[in-house]
Parts: sequence; structure tokens; C-alpha cells
Amino acid sequence: MGLGGMNKLNWIGRSLPRVEDKKFLMGRGGYIDDMDLHGMLHVAVLRSPFAHAIIKGMDTSAAEALPGVVAVITGKQAAELCDWMPDFNPEPNLHKWRVLADEKVRYVGEGVAVVVAESRYIAEDGRDLIEVDYEPLAPVPSARKAQEAGAALLHDGMESNVAHDSTLAFGDVDGEFERAAHIVREHVYWGRTAAQPMETAGSVASYNPGNGMLTIHANSVALTNFSFLVAGTLKIDSNKLDLVPMPAGGSFGSKFWATRATVTAGMCSKFLGRPVKYVEDRLDHALSCDHHGSEREYDIEMAISADGEFRALRLVCTDDYGAYFQFGLGTHGNAMSQVIGPYDIKAISYRAVGVLTNKCQQGAYRGFGSEVHNFALERLVDKAAIELGVDALELRRKNFITPDKFPHKIPGGNVYDSGNYEAVLQEALKDARLDYWRAEQAKAREEGRYVGIGIVTQQERSVYAANEWWFFRGAEGVSSVPESVSLHVDALGKVSVTMYSTAFWGNSPETVAAQVLGEELGVNPDEVSFAYQGTNKGLPGSGPGGSRFTVMITGAVQGASAKIRDKAIKIAAHMLEVAEGDLEYVNGGVQVKGDPSQRKSLAEIAIMPRLFKHQLPDDITSGFDADMVYDHPYTTLPTADRSDLGIFYPMMAHATHIAVVEVDVETGGVKFLDYIAVHDCGTVVNPRSLDGQVIGGLAQGVGQALYEEFVYDDEGQIQSSSWLDYLIPSAMEIPEVRLGHHETPSPFTPYGMKGGGEGGRMHAPAAIASAVDDALKPLGATRATHLPLTPERIISMVNGH
Amino acid sequence: MSNIDKHEITLNINGNSTSLTVEGRTLLHDTLRRAGMVSVHAGCEHGVCGACTVRINGQSARSCITLAVQVDGDEITTVESLAKGEELNIIQEAFWRRHGLQCGFCTPGMLMRVTEFLEENPDPTRDEAREAIASNLCRCTGYQHIIDSVIEAAARLRGEEWSDDAGIPARELGDATEVSN
Repeated sequence: MGLGGMNKLNWIGRSLPRVEDKKFLMGRGGYIDDMDLHGMLHVAVLRSPFAHAIIKGMDTSAAEALPGVVAVITGKQAAELCDWMPDFNPEPNLHKWRVLADEKVRYVGEGVAVVVAESRYIAEDGRDLIEVDYEPLAPVPSARKAQEAGAALLHDGMESNVAHDSTLAFGDVDGEFERAAHIVREHVYWGRTAAQPMETAGSVASYNPGNGMLTIHANSVALTNFSFLVAGTLKIDSNKLDLVPMPAGGSFGSKFWATRATVTAGMCSKFLGRPVKYVEDRLDHALSCDHHGSEREYDIEMAISADGEFRALRLVCTDDYGAYFQFGLGTHGNAMSQVIGPYDIKAISYRAVGVLTNKCQQGAYRGFGSEVHNFALERLVDKAAIELGVDALELRRKNFITPDKFPHKIPGGNVYDSGNYEAVLQEALKDARLDYWRAEQAKAREEGRYVGIGIVTQQERSVYAANEWWFFRGAEGVSSVPESVSLHVDALGKVSVTMYSTAFWGNSPETVAAQVLGEELGVNPDEVSFAYQGTNKGLPGSGPGGSRFTVMITGAVQGASAKIRDKAIKIAAHMLEVAEGDLEYVNGGVQVKGDPSQRKSLAEIAIMPRLFKHQLPDDITSGFDADMVYDHPYTTLPTADRSDLGIFYPMMAHATHIAVVEVDVETGGVKFLDYIAVHDCGTVVNPRSLDGQVIGGLAQGVGQALYEEFVYDDEGQIQSSSWLDYLIPSAMEIPEVRLGHHETPSPFTPYGMKGGGEGGRMHAPAAIASAVDDALKPLGATRATHLPLTPERIISMVNGH
Repeated sequence: MSNIDKHEITLNINGNSTSLTVEGRTLLHDTLRRAGMVSVHAGCEHGVCGACTVRINGQSARSCITLAVQVDGDEITTVESLAKGEELNIIQEAFWRRHGLQCGFCTPGMLMRVTEFLEENPDPTRDEAREAIASNLCRCTGYQHIIDSVIEAAARLRGEEWSDDAGIPARELGDATEVSN
């Protein structure tokens, strides 16, 4: 695809230094906390020390009397100032959440009041002076306890704490299990973690009572086409809210749709008529961010034929969801997109149970549920190999969907666009030196050391369509997930790009757009400039998420570039007195086909519609701009009876990860000896940038597998709310990764790109667990199915528990 | 709390003597940000992550757990001191070419730590570089490209050329159609 007549790519595929980076290297990134407005006030949030309690009363008088405190807003007052928080769950009336708890708190750290003051220091002083009278209720500390008879109810309107329980089944699941020669079962637990970016969520709100405009700069609202929901919560007209995106210091999903900081600042600014900043501190963000990651338990089983063919998959997945149900079962819809992994499984049954508990709510974290499913499926496949007594790699190979089968419609309805799983595996094995590591393993065992090799082959879905939002529910859902850009060519031919959502959170939206512009308009990527437009008057955008942005912004830039080229050719035709049909756009200018001597550069052309419109034909208007709203390139709606959920996540990347570890059976520590990761993300825009995404995601996978966990005790008290206890891996915990890329272009996207932003985290946990199992095999240890594999758990596995 | 003590202090921030009035409890990172050094980022705010790392009299330190009054009269260096106008210094440029950053939020602290480290050890091994930056958390990169950047910067500071696999900025490549064959 791409530009007609230009077969060779000049900029796509190069490891250019990113165009975003220089300002960050200079400390001039312009993050939300760097923003100061005249007369701006600051917010501190008072948080509940109880997991579950009634708020009987609150005395704010001492806080209000403190010099420098401008206002205290309690949960009760906030409930009058604001409507319910935006929510994407199927039955929002049953379990609503507010920006501040008004009558009842449902987890430790839930906000109950805000203090607005002249400085953050004074706001925090004021917060310490608020007296709250709580009546503690019985805590509901886990999904299991939440479902016990007599468990306290989190939400009075519900009959139980189970917010959702439904099953999707496709194909002859029961028949396959009846006919199966082997049935393999596994129980898997995935611990609660969170993205915990280095920068928390934050917003600066400024309300002008004169015109009713509320402008909120925020680092955490990517789904800008849903900004009207935030306006609804803030009780203002949707066209009077301008949400302006700011660069984010990391997100990994946590800023995909994080509205609480925005509503907090917006509420205070509207109430006081002054600019207000609220940036979460680390404790705010750990206890009460909008998105903890999944906490899940699986009972998963597979029907396998006598000759080792995977026939059907059946699973029950219970989410220990937390106090509110903001994304419903969207994370399971996400897993449904690649429910069969890379294997040609014919039938599936997926029961998802969402249970509300006294914990922080779940949301998005790199993988959005797919990474958990990947882990469960690969653990099951490893176990199948053991029970069948076959080589785990050969078992995988035997069941791979082969390249001739694409596009491949999977049970449920999603389509895998393309792939070559054997080729990816081969490339990984080529570098892996498995013979060497098997010899090392044998040698180590003789010395009483335990080395293990883990190999996984997994999917990495990309470019979501919104269809998944209505999985597990019957209602009609939205279907738009567009991305937009505007291109502007100024009088000197310089190109600017406007984007329309929180595009930058450590990914490379500007670099991608600049490299694509290099192809499409022949401009130098380092000479493009970028701006971000707010939601008011903005074109629709959905932002990064679901590994979609590279593909979607490329489509938008490509479409807008075509409009610019068309206008350039029209103008050049007039300037050169040549028919349009005889001209072509080549290398940053327009020339007569086959005759570069008759040529006008973009700069020569651009000045005409900017300054000399009346020297041009009447049908050429002033200005040299193009908007493009790019819709998802390949999606279909579900059928009415949901027998086919439609195509919703089709750009199917793939990876093989190979981990080599040594497990210290005395301390329970795990050390990496080697790590190989080969990904197929279609056409690669910037290899080094993609490598960075893979390694970075992989590092989060290491955290998930070995170190990180938000632990809640039986009282619902969080035990790991600081980074002294919640262990983010340092450089010493992360392996040197040997990387490879295989490129199977997608037939459905510009240039054949697929997304790769979530990859590493989707694969590393299963690879590490598999390697730990392999290491501990001679000891008869139990399998690594419960994450994180802390030293205590490893010792317990060694002891057979 | 209503009668908070005030202190007059003088900090030498990036070579500029700056007189400030602070409370006894005012943290150094807040003080520096108020003085315009917004490269000083608060990441964890309890001394774990190192995003707020600055150099105090040459020694890297966590400004989020340092009181401003503790460093009265001291020399404070932040990332704002590294570049000359639009021109990155060698360490910054190595981070740029080797993709040693993604979101950029840990980057200023990381740069201050690496600057100190390369003064102490101008020819580090990868393992030494890895250990040296383990003081600072990065949630984006998985550290590998940071270590590449440290090794690259060290070589350049020793007078060596950019390595072959260091990226070349598009502006230097000019018209890629002439070089991409």
C-alpha cells in the first residue's frame, strides 16, 4: 500500500532517534505538574483508612479555619456538585461510583473529602485536621469470601457481590470433551498488580464563570470521543468542556481512561471559579488509581485428541474485581480476541465471573486481560505436554494455525489477519543455543544448582475495535474507534501535525507520524512539528490503547497526506501549465511524470494557497490543510444472536519468548541467564523503538511474574502501598534481552503494520513460569501457576505445596 | 501548623546563586521546581525511584527526601545545566540516539546519576553500568537501552566515534532517498 509508484520505503523501517525525545532529555517535557496558572489552587484528598465503612459524619471546621485553605469539599457535597463517574459497565445503576465516597467507603484509600488550598502543603495540613466518624462494616477481602453465604454486600442494590456471571460458548465444546482422549486441567492465579507509571495521573482545571467554559489539561484521557461523559459528571454542557491532552510520564493502560483526577480538579475549579491543580501523589495512585490490573483465578481445561490435537478449551475465570465495575467484563472481551492462542482450537467455552470486593477497582494494564489469558493458556499447554509425555515445542507446533489458513476466523468471531508462527519460533530457536543451555542445565544439576528453560508461543492482538465493550452483554454498543489528524502546510512548505487525544505516554506517536510523513509527503521527519488539540472542536480520537495507535495514526496521516498531495498537484498543474494527469508527487514536490526538470517543491507550491489565492483557479481555496478521520480498517459488528461476535481485534501479532533462569532453592530467588524474544508485529516502523516497547513490556512481565503484588489482608488493608513493598524491578532484576523481528505484513493496514506496544508483558510471565518449572523438575516441585513467584512461593513449591 | 517557621537560604542552582525563603519542612524537589527547575520530577516521593535525583555538591541525591534547609549554601545541579542552548550534551545525545528513554519522566534523574557515574568510571562494562543505574527506576525501557546509552556516552566522552548501531537523526540523514539503498 502507501504511495502509488513509490515502492521503496525511505523512512519506515529505520531506527531513527525519536522526534519526541529532545525536550524530555532537556527536562522540558511539559508534563501536567509543570503547568502553573495564575492564582492556581492545589488539592489534597482525604482517604479512607477502612476497607468497608459507613461515613456517619465529618467535621471539617478546623481544616476550613486553617489559613491558606480555600475550601473543603466532602463526599456529600461532591455528590451534589457532580453526577456519578463515567462507567463502561453493563449495569451501571447497580454499582455506581463517585469522585468521592459520599455515604459509604468500599476500599482502603477511597477518597472521602478534598481540601483546596493555596499550596499542596497547606492542603495536606488541612486534610490532617478533618475528623471523620466511620462505622466499620464487615470487610469483603477476596472474591471467594465475597461469594460466601452471609458475606457483607458492597452495593445495597445488588443481591450478591457477583456483578456479572455469564458464559460465551462457540462450537461443540461438550461433544469435544466427551470425545477427548485426554483432558488436561489447570488452576491458575494471577496476582493483582498495576501499571504504576513513574508519573501519576493529574489535571489542571480552569473554569471561566463568564462563558461557562471549563478547560482541563490532563495527562490521562485518551478516549476523547467519550469526553461528553466527563462533562456529564461535572454537570456542564458537553460543548463547554475542553479536555486538553498533555504528555504523560508513562501509562501502560493506567491513563487510557482515568477520569478521577480530571473530575476532582474540574469539580473544585467550577465550584471556586479559580484554576485548580490535582496531581496524585504516589500513595494516592497506589491506593486509589483508576486502574489496578487484573486479579484473576482460572479453572481451565482442554480437550485433546488421541494424536495430540487441541480440540476444545473450557474455562471459568473469576475476577477479584475491586469495589467498582468500571470496565465491566471488557478485559474478558479482550481475551476473547485471542482465546485460542496460536493454536487451531475448534471450540471454546468462556465463563467470566466478576466479583466485587473491598479493593481498588480494576481497569487497564498493558494487555487488558489478554496477558492473563495468555498465561493461563500457556501454562495449560505446558501441562498437557507433561501429561501426554510429549515435547512441549512439538505439541505447540502440531497445533499451530498454519500460514495458509489466514485470514483465520476463530471461535467467537474474531479473525486473525495473518501470521507465520513456525517462522517466528524458528528465528527464536536459531538464536537460543538450546543445546548449550541443556548441557549447562545438566552440569548445574550435578552441582546441585537448578537451571530451567521456558519457551512460549503467544498471540499479541492489536488494533481493537469497540465491539468488545459489549461482549458478555446483549445491549447495543458503540462501534466507533477513530483516530484523527490534521496536517497543515504553511506558506514556506513546513508541515505541522495536530493530534486529538492523549497520544504520548512513552510510545512514539510523533515519530511514527513523522516517519510516515517522510514516505507520504517526502518531508524530513525531524522537520515536522506537532500540536495536540483539546476535545472542544477536536476531531474524534481514541488514543493509544490495545496496541492500536501506530496503525491508526498511520492511516490518518496517510489519508490526510493524500489530500495534501491532491491539492499540491492541482496547484502545480496551474503553476507549470501542465495537465494534472501528467503530474506526480515525488520526493517532496510535484513534477512532470518522468521529467524531474519540470518540478515545483512543496515550499514553492505552498505559498500559493497561503498568499496568492486569487492567482489560482477559482476552485482552489485558500489554505493548505487537511483533516482525516481514520476508522478501524477491518471490523464487523456482532450478529444479533451473538452466535458471531464479529471481527474486533484482527491485527494479530505473535511472539516466541525463551527464558533461561537459575532458581536458588535455598533463597527462592530467580536469576536470568538468558532471554530471547522474537516478535512478529508486521511491518516495523522503527525497529529500535519497537525493541524498547518489547523490553519494557517484558520488564513489567518480570515484575508480574516474580516481584510485584498489591497484597490485601483479611481486613482489606493493603500491605504493599509504597514502592518499598510493591517491588518495581530495577536494572538488576531485568535480563539482557536478545531480540528478533519477523515481519508478516498485515493485509488490512497501511504498510502492513500491526501493533506491538503490549507485547512483552503478554509473554514474559508464562516464559518465566515455564522456566522455573523446568528448573525445579528434578525436585518434584509443584508447578508455577500462582503469580507472583515470590521467594516464599518458590520455596513452598520446592516443598511440594 | 499555623505558625510555620521560615528560613532564608541560598542555593547555587546550576551555577546561579539563588536566595529563597522556605519552610523548615519544604522539600528540595519542591524548592527546585518552584525555582523553575521542572526537570526535577516527583515519582514515588519516598526515596525509592530516583526520578527526583539531582547532584548536591557533585553527589547524586534524592531531592524528594532532602529538605531545602539541609542544603543551604550548597551547589545543586539539575538536568537544566546539561545542554548548551539547543545542543544536547554527549550523554543526552547518547540517550537520544540509543533510545534510552520512552516517556522521559525518569530521564532527568537517570541523566544526573549517569553523569556522576561516568565521571567515576569512564570506561564501564555493561554489568557496571547496569549496577550503577539500579539506583533509579524506569518503568518504560526495561533498562537495556539505557545501558546501551551509558556505554555509548562513555565511548564518545573518551573521544571515540558514534558506534555503527547508534541511530542517526533524520535531520542529519537529510533526504533519505539518497542514502537508503
